[in-house]
Amino acid sequence: MTARYGSKVALRDVSFDIMAREIFGIIGPANSGKTTLLKCINRTIDFVPGAAVEGAVRIEGQNVFRVGNVYELRRQIGMVFPLPVGLPLSVYDNVAYAPRMAGVRNRATLDALVEECLRQAALWDEVKDRLKMLGTKLSGGQQQRLTIARALSHRPRILCLDEFSIAVDPVTTMKIEDVLLELKEKMTIVLVTNLVQQAHRLADRVAFLNDSQLIEVGPCDVIFSEHPAQQLTFDYVRGHFG
Amino acid sequence: MAASISERDERSPAVFATGPVERRKAFVDRLVQVALAVIVLLVVLPLVAILAHLLIKAWPALTWSFLVKNPTNYMTAGGVWSALVGTIYLVLFSLAIATPIGVLAGIYLHEYAGDNWATRIVNLAVMSLAGVPSIVHALFGVGAFVLFAHMGRSVLAASCTLAVMTLPVLITSTREALSAVPRTFREACWNMGASRWQTIRTIVLPNSISGILTGIILQVSRTAGETAPILFTGAVVFVAIPDTGLRSFFPYGIWDRCMALSYHLFILKTQVSGVPESFEYGTAVVLFGLVLSVNLISIALRVYLRSRKKW
Repeated sequence: MTARYGSKVALRDVSFDIMAREIFGIIGPANSGKTTLLKCINRTIDFVPGAAVEGAVRIEGQNVFRVGNVYELRRQIGMVFPLPVGLPLSVYDNVAYAPRMAGVRNRATLDALVEECLRQAALWDEVKDRLKMLGTKLSGGQQQRLTIARALSHRPRILCLDEFSIAVDPVTTMKIEDVLLELKEKMTIVLVTNLVQQAHRLADRVAFLNDSQLIEVGPCDVIFSEHPAQQLTFDYVRGHFG
Repeated sequence: MAASISERDERSPAVFATGPVERRKAFVDRLVQVALAVIVLLVVLPLVAILAHLLIKAWPALTWSFLVKNPTNYMTAGGVWSALVGTIYLVLFSLAIATPIGVLAGIYLHEYAGDNWATRIVNLAVMSLAGVPSIVHALFGVGAFVLFAHMGRSVLAASCTLAVMTLPVLITSTREALSAVPRTFREACWNMGASRWQTIRTIVLPNSISGILTGIILQVSRTAGETAPILFTGAVVFVAIPDTGLRSFFPYGIWDRCMALSYHLFILKTQVSGVPESFEYGTAVVLFGLVLSVNLISIALRVYLRSRKKW
């Protein structure tokens, strides 16, 4: 797959497989195309003016660029971005947003779903008494977990996280990492991170992107071993650049 | 620890002493501050002077009956009621026409239109339209509405002309209000499978409505003050309308010509002899008061809505 913004190439001939129910780590320095990759998976790259994609992203054999119902596609994929975005709605409405937009109106169903998602995101105990409070008034770490709860609210089969720990304190990061290991039982997780150690801790397999190109993809132990297939991977993982 | 810090201070007081560079810096800073404050005063001064001048000159005429009575005796007596109602008519009708078009066009341009040559041409057109002098709008109104659309000189034709004049500003203010809503909110919604319109309806509009409303209200004051666009399209020197009763509030049909404050002032000053000076100034004060009160409403609204800002 190749992706361009105007004349600038963001991804060049990138190709790899992600297995069901694994945590797939994507590492690489800034501007290597990691975020673009995620935007291609759920086709929010459609909203970027001037973006063009060649090739295909296949989910269970289906090319996402050919699916008829792009909204259903996006609901199948949960997205979490670097900076937490609490929508200017109450905590409850934040989590209930996606189901509502998909047509769920039943109050009891929504209540149950909101609680379930907040519990999964390890946020329920902190906010259960103030569900009516504005989501934007939560702390940064709480908002990021709110974002995760929101991403889970449309019951995705794939959860993509883009450097989720950038704006989050270490304790919250650990909480979220535990959450991810739990969620792995139920869904596929794509974890973009610039923290090499985080990928090491969580991922089953890891892809290394550099300068818009896929350098290497392989099991975690190989990538982080003394002898990955590419010298570049070794240098990056050991912090020699990036 | 605190003790050791103060101890150190006593021993070496020169640590925080100001050198020549620092003194100069402080002096220049002070100078700039004073100069800017003086300039602000210079801006406020004419406004206060105009207001005081108007009020003093208009004082004899400023009574309740001046506001609610119609002009009589070839406009040398009575009040400004028919002109005031006419102005309110024109403002309401023109905004009723311009607001839906302007706001919806603004939403399209900001939320849907891609960044391509067609959009750029439209944007350029909107900007140029905003720069067209109002007298040119007036001529356009005569051609398009009075003659071509067979509206004749009427409230409708004048309102349409005013609407065309306010449209580009409305579009621009709507777009600015929309762009104040962070793009990350929209992306968060799109990522959850919401469509563009769902996102606009649930997140973007509720959080930009204050800006959009402010833009609309500011157009009220602009519309009320304009004379040129209504000059050839619907304003009339004098109409006899009922003095009392419900009819005095709804004196004009949309096909009638109407009086308007700005045009009334122009007529009083240049076309009619024997008008007391206080009447001319009184008309100006009523117009000024109308504009000012509308602006105050808009400021109050903005303050209220900003206090409810959610991020």
